Amino acid sequence: MHDRCRRPEAGSLVITRLRRRMAEILLTLPSFFWLALFFLVPTGLVFILAFRPADPFGGIGRGWTLATIRALSDPQYLAIAWRTLWVSFTATAICMLLAIPTGYAVARAAPRRRNLLLMLVIVPFWTSFLIRVFAWKSILHPEGIIKKALVFSGLVDANASLLYHLGAVILVTVYTFLPFAILPIYAAAEKFDYRLIEAARDLGARPFAAFRKVFLPGVRQGLVTAVLVVFIPALGSYVIPDIVGGTGSELLGNKIAQRVFVDRNLPLAGGLSIVLILAVLAPLLAVLALQRKAGQAVPRDGEGTP
Amino acid sequence: MRRSRFPFIVTGLVLVFFYLPILILVVDSFNSSRFGGAWRGFSLKWYARLFHEPAVWESARNTLFIALLVTFVSLVLGTTSALALHRFSTSRLQRFHYTLVYTPLVVPEILMGISLLMAFVAAGIRLGILTIILAHVTFCVSYVALTVLGRLQDFDFTIVEAARDLGASSWVAARRVLLPMLAPGLAAAGLIAFTLSVDDFVITFFVAGPGATTLPIRVYSMIKHGATPLINALSTLLLALTFTTVLISQRLSASGALKSRTPE
Repeated sequence: MHDRCRRPEAGSLVITRLRRRMAEILLTLPSFFWLALFFLVPTGLVFILAFRPADPFGGIGRGWTLATIRALSDPQYLAIAWRTLWVSFTATAICMLLAIPTGYAVARAAPRRRNLLLMLVIVPFWTSFLIRVFAWKSILHPEGIIKKALVFSGLVDANASLLYHLGAVILVTVYTFLPFAILPIYAAAEKFDYRLIEAARDLGARPFAAFRKVFLPGVRQGLVTAVLVVFIPALGSYVIPDIVGGTGSELLGNKIAQRVFVDRNLPLAGGLSIVLILAVLAPLLAVLALQRKAGQAVPRDGEGTP
Repeated sequence: MRRSRFPFIVTGLVLVFFYLPILILVVDSFNSSRFGGAWRGFSLKWYARLFHEPAVWESARNTLFIALLVTFVSLVLGTTSALALHRFSTSRLQRFHYTLVYTPLVVPEILMGISLLMAFVAAGIRLGILTIILAHVTFCVSYVALTVLGRLQDFDFTIVEAARDLGASSWVAARRVLLPMLAPGLAAAGLIAFTLSVDDFVITFFVAGPGATTLPIRVYSMIKHGATPLINALSTLLLALTFTTVLISQRLSASGALKSRTPE
């Protein structure tokens, strides 16, 4: 009796579970399949095709070779990888120096003013990337307004070039990625409880000490995101050095593009991409490891907050 | 307590830094001088010349066609993805699914461009409009999925349950209750996908092949070949379009926020 009552119920439970599983698979399949096919497989393919020979028509040849690996040991690539890291690091540091006060100021502005400021920060985010790079090319141009102003004020020699060197690349990198750094810092600063700073000040901390020891740790998550959204795209930067940089300021991205478009050597372009992938993975894994460490400390940190 | 003015001064300078180059570019587009250095009087001749560049308009048409198709496909894929991520968030499959959706966002564009190019070449697919569309959908899906997922997290699902209790089938409940309420979020996500597709240069450049040209590719070759005043005019037109888009999207997100607030 008891058993007969339960059986259909258990049966419908199994059916409900099956239907739920079916619904999950149906909803997951389209995006999963698409991203597996057009993201996962191509990324894996780069690692495999780097060991294929190049064919003279810009395609990928048959058989296997270590030619790419040998080509990569050329010291010029090491110098370029190092320069890429250096440019990305410097640009990220400058972005952070500007983004932290800006994110803080936007978060602390009066509500009406805050919306306006936020809007002003978001607009460049939507503006065409190429146009923003081009705007700098035309104002740094020898006939451009900045050059004329600097020569007029005697700061710069008339023959000096503002374009086509590493400084211009860093400047424009900061310009294009700064909005991306401000937004996550603003998001974290908006949630921050500023009474903590008042408390620190009441307890005798100087303003800068309160900022450094209370505010910065409080918005840590925003800072980490900001560093990643500048540093990682900067590593893969290609358009900026191509437009405002010179031959002495080529980065890994330029070399990849040259192998594709100039000498049509796809396997070598793939090999260079692997170097870039490793350079991108290093900071990501570092952040993950740090967060795991911080994650273990969470129960203790969490005690203070209601 | 006296607050330091320093952050506000930096913010002011940052905004000048953001807008000064754009402003100079817009002003220069009305300058009759070929180089931006000196003002030689107001003129619309660069705009007039732009209208006589058939290559620009052809690439604009391509861009629009690609962006519309990409927006539609990535909205479908991204929304189903967000629904799966939201409803089955505890399952192991979804944890992997989330990683798969999230990772393309942190990969530099050039890596996505080169890997897709190698895949298309290896598979023997001819480069052109089709490969551009496939590539654009690939990076737009993630943005759409995460935008919609954000909206779903604020969404009151008891309303859908109420519709089901009142006898609506799950399909009817999804179509007549969930979808209309999610509409502002979908519109915002669609706008993001559309903008990303219209704006993308790096990935497009890699997978376009010699035949297909989009607006950013045309702009790039104009920059490389020094058609400065024409790009100023074209950029000003695109900037006007951008400002309108941002205004619309702000309205959408404002009304979205309003809607989620009303039930309380």
